Amino acid sequence: MSERARQLLFMRRTRVAALVMLALVAALAFHLFTLQVTEHGHYRTLSDENRLSLIPSPPPRGLIYDRSGLLLADNRTVYSLEITPSLVADMDALLRQVRAVVEVGDDDLRRFRKALRAGGFTRSIELRTRLSEEEVARFAVLRHHLRGADVVGRLVRHYPYDELFAHAIGYVGAISRDDLAALDQRRYRGARHVGKTGIENHYERELHGLPGFRRVEVNAGGHLIRTIGGSKPRPGSDVMLTIDTALQEQAYSALGDHDGAVVALDPRSGDVLTLVSKPSFDPNLFSGSFSRERYRRLLNSPDKPFFNRAVSGQYPPGSIIKPMVALAALHNHVGDMQRKIFAGPYYQLPGYSRRYHDWREEGHGWINMNTAIVQSCDVFFYDTAHRLGINRLALFLEDFGLGRPTGVDTTAELSGIVPSPQWKREALGQAWFPAETIIAGIGQGYMLATPLQMAAMAAVLANRGERVVPRLVKAVRQSDTGLWRPLPVAERKRVIASPPEHWDYVIDAMNAVIHRPNGTAYRISRGMDYVAAGKTGTVQVREIKEDVRYGGEKEELEPGSKLEDHAMFIAFAPVENPEIAVAVVVEHGGSGARTAAPIARKLLDVYFGLLRAQFSLHASG
Amino acid sequence: MAHAYRFARLLRLVRVDYPLLFLLLALALIGVMALVSSAGGDAELIERQLVRLLIGFALMFALASVPVHAWQRWVPALYLGGLVLLLVVLFAGEVIKGAQRWLDIRLVRFQPSELLKIATPMLLCALLAGSAADRPGFSRTALAFVLLAMPAALILLQPDLGTAFLVAVSGLFVIFLAGLQYRWIALILAGAMAAAPFIWNSLREYQRQRVLVFLDPQSDPLGAGYHIIQSKIAIGGGGLWGKGWMNGTQGHLGFVPERSTDFVFAVFAEEFGFMGVCVLLAVYLGIVVRGMMIAVSAADQFSRLLAGSLTFSFAVYVLVNLAMVSGLLPVVGVPLPLLSYGGTSAATLLASFGILMAISTYRPMMRRGIV
Repeated sequence: MSERARQLLFMRRTRVAALVMLALVAALAFHLFTLQVTEHGHYRTLSDENRLSLIPSPPPRGLIYDRSGLLLADNRTVYSLEITPSLVADMDALLRQVRAVVEVGDDDLRRFRKALRAGGFTRSIELRTRLSEEEVARFAVLRHHLRGADVVGRLVRHYPYDELFAHAIGYVGAISRDDLAALDQRRYRGARHVGKTGIENHYERELHGLPGFRRVEVNAGGHLIRTIGGSKPRPGSDVMLTIDTALQEQAYSALGDHDGAVVALDPRSGDVLTLVSKPSFDPNLFSGSFSRERYRRLLNSPDKPFFNRAVSGQYPPGSIIKPMVALAALHNHVGDMQRKIFAGPYYQLPGYSRRYHDWREEGHGWINMNTAIVQSCDVFFYDTAHRLGINRLALFLEDFGLGRPTGVDTTAELSGIVPSPQWKREALGQAWFPAETIIAGIGQGYMLATPLQMAAMAAVLANRGERVVPRLVKAVRQSDTGLWRPLPVAERKRVIASPPEHWDYVIDAMNAVIHRPNGTAYRISRGMDYVAAGKTGTVQVREIKEDVRYGGEKEELEPGSKLEDHAMFIAFAPVENPEIAVAVVVEHGGSGARTAAPIARKLLDVYFGLLRAQFSLHASG
Repeated sequence: MAHAYRFARLLRLVRVDYPLLFLLLALALIGVMALVSSAGGDAELIERQLVRLLIGFALMFALASVPVHAWQRWVPALYLGGLVLLLVVLFAGEVIKGAQRWLDIRLVRFQPSELLKIATPMLLCALLAGSAADRPGFSRTALAFVLLAMPAALILLQPDLGTAFLVAVSGLFVIFLAGLQYRWIALILAGAMAAAPFIWNSLREYQRQRVLVFLDPQSDPLGAGYHIIQSKIAIGGGGLWGKGWMNGTQGHLGFVPERSTDFVFAVFAEEFGFMGVCVLLAVYLGIVVRGMMIAVSAADQFSRLLAGSLTFSFAVYVLVNLAMVSGLLPVVGVPLPLLSYGGTSAATLLASFGILMAISTYRPMMRRGIV
């Protein structure tokens, strides 16, 4: 009986346990059904997201050519060692191993660690770039042992002319956090660089292109298993500059060791033929790995090589303003073409004791407007400015394009200053002094202009009152059609309504500056086989003390000393139908006639030499 | 004719429960298939598993021939030996993955806890079946709990939560099947609930972490929660019909962790889908049903309790593993019977089926008066 009872009890208990088990199995089966059937779509998506990865292929950047088709900026494949932090278990160990294979400098390491801490927006972080072929080969052998490290080939900007076009073209550099906020994330997937300054920045939209994608299967370790599909990137558009490389080279070498800027324009179209700012730097530094030490040295250099003097450098224009002052005087009937005034060693405002000295210590004597321009007489223009008054002068100079950006298609352009009582009140909160009108007449005091503005001003003179908008890019080649699309030339606008005789008069005087023996720039006319017009300027950097001027010994300055005057020169040629307008600014160059004018001459020689060469080519061919 | 006779005698000598053998072979076949896929071309791994299965089946056949009552005599010694080995492991064992479980005895590395998976319930069966009354009395039951608690606690100390749990479950099944009154069960459950906070405090940090991550896998998607998330993605991604054998991406691309061992079900479910899962569940269910049939028709209380306990323990292994892999339970490290790669556990399982077969074949022979 006992055995039977036990058996029955056991069977009851087994039934209970079996039922409980069955319930659990049913629950489990239901759960699995939910996972595999009901929610299958969701999990399949997650599964695909796991294994499929879209790798963006950044587009090749558009190329940059000069006006004759010379390549100024292209792309080269550069091999870099990149590390994907998410795959690395022991970063220090990996870095030790990698450094045994590939040379990694302290700078590279510091930059890498900084990027690592910042927790970048790219999957992998560059450790070393510009690997040599030998280094790539050495790495390839040990690749399997270095999980998380890989050598990646990327197209990197390359500027074959190094520092020659650094300020004209600008440069590309690594995308920073600030850049990232401003960029369209979709267009910049996979991109590492972006145009930072100059054409590279201003034409970023055209140059960048559209990224493509590769759909790849990856494993849990993030390693690529195979490519499944994708789309090709659309390369950026090519850009053709208005700049002529031969002129650019000439301007660059002619400046020599001086700091300064040279800008040349075609006054007919506004095409910028030359845009040089010195000192320059090698823009290739920014697209490669940049030693911090080197960067800091450049950045902190007292010569400021990154500063684009051609568009951002604001200088007192000095005497090159005189033709404009003369035009303003004629325009407002306060000047006369023939009337002579007596120009002594200095000028005094009626009722004031302060003396405004002429550059020529003994003065010019009886002098008319023409000679005043030719010899750059200061006293004559003190008087003219006084009679014009600052407001009429300012208005006229603004019409010439001073005091506001020219609208050139590049970055960092500054507007300069045309001082006036209103400007001074707003900018400085101070009242205008009559004395300030006097020095404005010779382009000093508060007045500031960029070299580009000076060239544009020369172009207005050359065009006899018509202003053009300077431009650096003449055509864009779209990658899809492969055809060059010329950019429209901005319409020339009449801004100065002086009658022809005024222009004849002033341009004749500027012509005489170069071609007449008493002209300030006469020395550059020797051997010149074209007719040019110009104006020199010498801008005081320090104040000359009264006691030095009278009797005291004038100290001799080292050439290029920071106390030396700035040398200025504007010119255009040929006088009939001008084709080129030039502005030269040489910081601490001494006198405009001695330093700046010869640079312009060299540039003009190359221009007309080229033209003749092309002409004879046409004639013979 | 003579050959056939000799063969029949041989068959009688090897005491085998054919339905069970058939189901186990089917399961082993599924297991090898899943392993071929999850091993990802590691031929050595497959070879080792095949050898282990062969040893396991040999062990099963051997144990099937051992009379059940021999166990009843020897089990106290087995149990005590197991306890001693557990202590040795605790003090001199090899550390693998942060837990001391292995004993290196020259030829094979061996987990003494596996021995106790069988020895413990068997001892309890002997103890409780020895009772003269319909149900075991208080003192026997209390002793049973003590005998159960000792190995479970030692295994927990290794620490191996999964095995400790399985040993405890097998023993509890014996006590339950032996007829412990429901009011006692209720009382014990209430006591366990009251003790839960203390148990929580005694858990190791990684064990607590597992429980916490189980409650919210997304809280640590790259760390401990990664296993559960990836495993669920594999299972769910399999769909109704699966991605096909050897075509599972989660498994082959390495997203599923421990894909050959504890998480082999995820690889299987991804490749064979819900349909494959149903087939697998049917095989498991078949084994459990056959085990229950053997238990119900066993000849005496000891065999009955032992067969029931082994069968239900087996069912719990399966349920716990599947629940763990599919995200219903925390990751406790319980392998899936005969599918997960691993030597000792397969051997233990097949050994327990050998005992089950001995119980199954013992009854008819007794009727025939052979023994």
